[in-house]
Amino acid sequence: MKLGIVVNEGPYTHEASDTAYNFAVAALEKGHEIYRIFFYHDGVNNATRLTVPPQDDRNIQQKWTELQEKHDLDLVVCIAAAQRRGILDENEMKRQGKDAYNIAPGFRISGLGQLIEAGIQCDRLVTFGD
Amino acid sequence: MSEGVKKFLYVNRKAPHGTIYALEALEVVLIGAAFEQDVELAFLDDGVFQLVKGWDTSDLGSKNFAPTYMALGDFEVTKVFVEKESLDERGLTADDLMELMYEDEDDDWAEKPSIRIVSREEMARIMAANDVILSF
Repeated sequence: MKLGIVVNEGPYTHEASDTAYNFAVAALEKGHEIYRIFFYHDGVNNATRLTVPPQDDRNIQQKWTELQEKHDLDLVVCIAAAQRRGILDENEMKRQGKDAYNIAPGFRISGLGQLIEAGIQCDRLVTFGD
Repeated sequence: MSEGVKKFLYVNRKAPHGTIYALEALEVVLIGAAFEQDVELAFLDDGVFQLVKGWDTSDLGSKNFAPTYMALGDFEVTKVFVEKESLDERGLTADDLMELMYEDEDDDWAEKPSIRIVSREEMARIMAANDVILSF
């Protein structure tokens, strides 16, 4: 099956991101294709490289980055939601005249159209949120 | 259903203020309109509050996005399903809701209401009949 995944909450405060991650891993193990993982609302906060979570617990951002690299996944962060919450790539930093950018490796910033397109292209779009 | 067109259902379960889900969900609907899919909206649980008329956000200091619902007809949203049980549970009736309209191109552009009040059971059938469910 060609699957799309939507992550609507940030790391730690809600378990949604963990569940989405575990679902993605299980789906890949079963041989499904993950067409795109789209991060919306506070989900964009999964994409900051500045988190320093406690050492005795999982590092959610790092897990996403590693999963992306291992399976060449398309992790997309919604630009509108990211702008609201302060998740920037280098391009956005320059465009918006900010003095820093913070996006983690493996994530790319793009428009809401990517979410709709995932809905069109995938057999199933699965949402993880509150 | 023509080639490449899917039935999209946007499910709204949260009140318009207190959280951002209502506003950001609307943003998806508006952008999604450009993709010319078959779009329906569903409002249930606290989501029905989004459609109550007479919003006054002047003391909130945040954006009043109520006018966006009135503009949905211009974005080819003609079917807005509102769950009856959710209204009843909140002491609301159809009279409390905004009058969302659309222009029917198959009927000389006659203005028609977009809101259809449906039962919880019908809502389940509506969800089952859609290809893509976006829930916020």
